[in-house]
Amino acid sequence: MHTMTAAIAEKTSASGAEPLYLAFSLNNQDYAVPITQVQEIREWSRVTPLPNSPHYIKGVLNLRGTIVPIIDMRLRFQLVEKDYDAFTVIVVVNVRDRLAGLVVDTVSDVLRVGPDERCTMSEFEGQANRPFIEGLAQVDGQLLILLDVQRLVNPEDLATVAGSS
Amino acid sequence: MVIELRQFHQTFFDESLEGLANMESSLLRLESHPDSNALDVREMLNAIFRVVHSIKGGSGTFGFGWIADFSHLLEGLLDDLREGRRTPDKPILDLLLRSVDCLRSLLDAARTNGTVDKRPVEEVTLALEDLRRTSAEGEPLETTEKVIVSATGWRIVFRPTAGIFRSGNDPLRIMRELKRLGEMKVRCDFQALPAWREFDPESCYLGWTIELQGDISRPAIDEVFAWVIDDALLEISPIAASVKVAQGEASAEASTGGVKLHGTSLRIATHKVDTLMDVVGELVITHTMLRQTATHFTSEDLPQLFAGLSLLERNVRELQESVMSIRLLPISFMFSRLPRLVRDIGEQLGKRVELRLGGEQTELDKTVIERISDPILHMVRNSLDHGIESPEERRAAGKPEMGYIRLEAKQKGGNVIIEIEDDGRGLPYDKILERAMSTGAVAPNTRLTPEQLNEIIFLPGISTSESVTDLSGRGVGLDVVRNNVRGLGGNVEVSSRPGHGTRFVMRLPLTLAILDGLGLQVGAQTYILPLVSITESVRLGLEDIQRLPGGGEVFAMRKDYLPLVRLHHIFGIKPRSEDVSQGTVVVIEADGSRAGLFVDEILGQQQVVIKSLETHYRRIDGIAAATILGDGTVALILDAGGLIRLAHVNANPPVAVYDTTATDSASGTTLH
Repeated sequence: MHTMTAAIAEKTSASGAEPLYLAFSLNNQDYAVPITQVQEIREWSRVTPLPNSPHYIKGVLNLRGTIVPIIDMRLRFQLVEKDYDAFTVIVVVNVRDRLAGLVVDTVSDVLRVGPDERCTMSEFEGQANRPFIEGLAQVDGQLLILLDVQRLVNPEDLATVAGSS
Repeated sequence: MVIELRQFHQTFFDESLEGLANMESSLLRLESHPDSNALDVREMLNAIFRVVHSIKGGSGTFGFGWIADFSHLLEGLLDDLREGRRTPDKPILDLLLRSVDCLRSLLDAARTNGTVDKRPVEEVTLALEDLRRTSAEGEPLETTEKVIVSATGWRIVFRPTAGIFRSGNDPLRIMRELKRLGEMKVRCDFQALPAWREFDPESCYLGWTIELQGDISRPAIDEVFAWVIDDALLEISPIAASVKVAQGEASAEASTGGVKLHGTSLRIATHKVDTLMDVVGELVITHTMLRQTATHFTSEDLPQLFAGLSLLERNVRELQESVMSIRLLPISFMFSRLPRLVRDIGEQLGKRVELRLGGEQTELDKTVIERISDPILHMVRNSLDHGIESPEERRAAGKPEMGYIRLEAKQKGGNVIIEIEDDGRGLPYDKILERAMSTGAVAPNTRLTPEQLNEIIFLPGISTSESVTDLSGRGVGLDVVRNNVRGLGGNVEVSSRPGHGTRFVMRLPLTLAILDGLGLQVGAQTYILPLVSITESVRLGLEDIQRLPGGGEVFAMRKDYLPLVRLHHIFGIKPRSEDVSQGTVVVIEADGSRAGLFVDEILGQQQVVIKSLETHYRRIDGIAAATILGDGTVALILDAGGLIRLAHVNANPPVAVYDTTATDSASGTTLH
């Protein structure tokens, strides 16, 4: 994790108005969240499962005295389930003082995403994960899906999906 | 000297609101005991005057002009009362009570930068102005003032005390305001200036003699000095004659002490902080001792290590207790709102009600008090509206015309019990049952025990009144009250005798932060069950379990059959064994119903710190909260009432007494 943190520190210290994103991969696809909403990155550790909750809520974790729900992003996006391994990490996000941990395959990079990198997205039917996608970007030839973290950790959304699943 | 005034805002609001609360209770006392002796009345009026006076001063200083203007007007009326120019009769006291409401809403608006409903304030302002005008007609004192008004000018000798700066006043500002009134000549008196070495820059050594020329009214000058009369020697005389002005009231504002309850600030009794400091001191000593033991540790030091650890344990417990005691407030903070409420509503409904309060010094967690305030207000309102009958009705029933509502708080073990009782007409059981059957909450032709009848009124959509008034019966019912109380880990029950009255008993935990629980093991998971909801634990064999046709399981417990709740089943986890004889059944009780909870193993009793799940997630049925175990993992704290309700959903309940679906939506917990 040290190299990762160092990379973030190096990139964030570089000047520039364009926002930084933390990129991570899920099922060989790259996603990114604004780095300002990332509180920390943790290794996977055992969580306490919550009864009567959506299947993608893996449980809760003790984060220095705070009880934080942990969301498995593969399950959240209806991707193939995968066993957790040495690269599996929890990205702890903080949106308006609400915390949540996102379980992802691996974190890859910190990227600068400005207007030039942003791509347009044509809407099509039946895209179940559309509400959580804030936009698309292309950085160094690779497609990056930018996520709406606030929507992702919104408890009302969590509750409604829980009811329908 | 530039001072950021904003930092004093909170203190100003705190003190003003506290003052208003005192003013309100004094007014109510004046109203209910009109025959008090003159000295007491005068003292109360003086106290009320001081409250308004300091609000006026503070709001002027902080630039809340509207509040200052309003309190200035109010002060005029109070001055008349104080000087005996008017008597505090009913219409005046009414007006004063309404003024308290206005000031309160103005202060609230100023504090939150919010808006205020202008209409009531304007109405009261008009009424106050009217009074002012009527008093001017033919009142001898007003006429002498008019004589003085025609003076050609004023000589003012102003000698502030050394500490005037500390009260936030600035003579320079006063000079500037005086200058606006007319042509001003000032002579400064600096005889009191000490030698340079003894000079204290925060003290005032100067005095002034001011001559103001022009047609200036005396009240206009008084107003300029209104905030400093307690801090200065002041002589104001017309330039022709020489009239000495009485010194202002000594501002010996009685300090009420203790803690109070608005905003997020907390006033704490000094002795509580001292105790806390002592405990922390001991903790530091214990730490030093343990450290010494550990530095050169040999096996011979083992007894000393254990002694140190047990000392540490005691210190931590004491620390916990004293921190808790800081959060505890006397319930009088909540009860003090009631006299006004009972008076206003009683009057509105034409009912005569006496409010009896008891156990006001009983202490409760600040959060608990905040969260039960509304439920209690609601129940008192209910009693006034539906419980207490009109005087005629009471006379006809052979009861005294004056009804009573009694509130009493007392501590019992780890709980606080609050009783709310009235001597009204009692609950209309037949109407309630009819209503419950028509809404489908109770199956028609069901025979209910008295306990079940008392439970029905807590169902959503059941009103205890036939008619909807503007006070209660608007659909916000006792179900919300119960949900609020349950959310705090407490419970509320009712009993009633037709014609004799109704009694609610509210049971609340002393504090929300720590809980005595029993550790339970199911599969790989550890759960904590609050001790208060456990009655006993039993071991059962397969032969003790009876299957019901609907799919539920029951077992015999002395004379009763209790439903068996398999925790692993409702939580969807894998147990060590499905076989009842391989585990333990814990009998839990909540809201008057019982059930047996089947778990793998009981781990033992432990104290846990309650952590909210809702801060970052949401409420889950059957789970009250979470906690962190000794190894750092999270354990869930079970909610016995929720589990019993869940069990009823999973196995068709024989009698649908509980509306299980409604509890979630009405629980009032916010998810944002």
